[in-house]
Amino acid sequence: MVKQVFKKPESLKENIYHYCPGCGHSIIHRLIAEVIDEFGIREKTIGVPPAGCAVLAYNYLDVDMGEAPHGRAVAVATGIKRARPDFVVFTYQGDGDIAAIGTAETIHAANRGERLTVIFVNNGVYGMTGGQMAPTTLLGQITTTTPGGRVGLRDGYPLDLSQMLAVAAGSVYVERTSVTSPKNVIKTKKAIKKAFQVQMDDLGFSLVEILSPCPTNWKLSSVDSCKRINEEVVKNYPLKVIKDTTQTNG
Amino acid sequence: MRGSHVIAEAATLAGCRFYAGYPITPQNELPEYMSGRFAKLEDATFIQAESELAAINILMGASMTGARVMTSSSSPGISLKQEGISYMAGMELPAVIVNIMRGGPGLGNIAPSQQDYFQATRGGGHGGYRTIVLAPYSGQELVTLTMKAFDLADTYRMPVVLLGDGLIGQMMEPVTFPEPVDPATLPKKEWTLSGAKGRDSRLIASLLLDPVKMEQHNWKLARKYETISQRETAYEPYLLDDATLAVVAFGTAARIAKGAVNRARKEGIKAGLFRPITLWPFPETELKTLAGKVKHILVFEMNLGQMLEDVRLSVGTEAAIHFHGRPGGIISTPQEIADVIIKLAYRHELD
Repeated sequence: MVKQVFKKPESLKENIYHYCPGCGHSIIHRLIAEVIDEFGIREKTIGVPPAGCAVLAYNYLDVDMGEAPHGRAVAVATGIKRARPDFVVFTYQGDGDIAAIGTAETIHAANRGERLTVIFVNNGVYGMTGGQMAPTTLLGQITTTTPGGRVGLRDGYPLDLSQMLAVAAGSVYVERTSVTSPKNVIKTKKAIKKAFQVQMDDLGFSLVEILSPCPTNWKLSSVDSCKRINEEVVKNYPLKVIKDTTQTNG
Repeated sequence: MRGSHVIAEAATLAGCRFYAGYPITPQNELPEYMSGRFAKLEDATFIQAESELAAINILMGASMTGARVMTSSSSPGISLKQEGISYMAGMELPAVIVNIMRGGPGLGNIAPSQQDYFQATRGGGHGGYRTIVLAPYSGQELVTLTMKAFDLADTYRMPVVLLGDGLIGQMMEPVTFPEPVDPATLPKKEWTLSGAKGRDSRLIASLLLDPVKMEQHNWKLARKYETISQRETAYEPYLLDDATLAVVAFGTAARIAKGAVNRARKEGIKAGLFRPITLWPFPETELKTLAGKVKHILVFEMNLGQMLEDVRLSVGTEAAIHFHGRPGGIISTPQEIADVIIKLAYRHELD
């Protein structure tokens, strides 16, 4: 007798992913869909995709979605959530989107304790535009706009936005995870689930930063990209719960 | 009642339940009033955002859910809002945007000015879109046009700009308000983000990577703008029936021009006023018809000739076009404009 042990989440569409081989977006999309399914909230979830590779997230996630200008996802999500507090609203943003052009919007939404969930995918480069330096790019890292490697006093230092957001009194839950191994993928799903729960409990702002590979722009194989995250990237961006005040806020 | 308060009150009466803004002079009285007014309503949201950019994008999100939404600002702030206005035009999202104009580029000053006519009537941001632009000139018109702005925004699914200046915002005039609109009784919007219950999931986006779809969308917008041009132009004629010279002015400039026309009439000059109420769509057909009757047109603006271009496009060679403008926030007196009219009348032997 055949027993089905693995299937496509209900909240995921049938479309074939346009992402590059080895990209983390497809894993993270699936995790979000699984979490939405498990909470049974597909009919009241609204997503806001970013500008960047994941702008087409709406081709895969089967929920209502509203596109935002580059960096403004959290502002757009704020409008949606404030107008309809009964919705579950999440944004899906890259590091360039959230930690450079959208820094102000993000910090202030966190500070207001907007009941939103941010999925922050950090791959250390601007992926869709061709691998330019991002605010999160590591020192010494070669990108198309730092051909000799990133230099702190010239190009700025790697920015730890999650740490900054944790300082804001309105943020309740901030965790950094990765998707480099089955174990890390499971941890990421748990974090996403908790972040949605924080929103549904009306506690405040929640964010999961996910270190994700970009083999195309890193010019590494998929395996080496994961290795790079595990060995180098986590030194700058350690995987941990950065803030969790669900107990004190709850 | 103060002009900026009238706008805020009229918006509330029109069923607006969502406001996001950022402080900038000379429009601060509007969000201040709005914050107090909305605090008394259970279903209303007031957000003082961290920037004009945030405010317009918050507004965008709220509009996606179908709420009647408004923001207000002044020239430099409106420049920042252009990002969101362009997206909302592309995504066909309704919103009312109040611009209480300042004078000059950059920070300019806070005195009454009409320096943003080009920006307002040409869309303002990137992508070749339009916004409907309404130019109120009295307290009572602030009531009617603010309320109308929400209807137009919903009907055509697009941002509508209410264009005023510090004088319009600060002046106190008695007004009467109509009965409030109950937001629940407004026509249901079928396109909103409302949760994919019993239907396919929905997307509101301005990204159309496929050139065929992008072209189709731009044609769709163009047809909408054409419809608006045919249906929604509005202007006020004043003493034009026997006029040999017509002043064309909007907003604050039109108030001054009305006084000037009255003075010129006392001098025996048959002057009249053509006051565009919609700046886009511009009442070009009506103005062209008028130009066939009068010999001379005097455009008066509180800038150095922006609406002048639309007048030229409308009138062509039907009448001689003259211009008088003050660009820096100096408010002309009715006598100053009357003197211009009188000079023109003498020079061209008008009766």
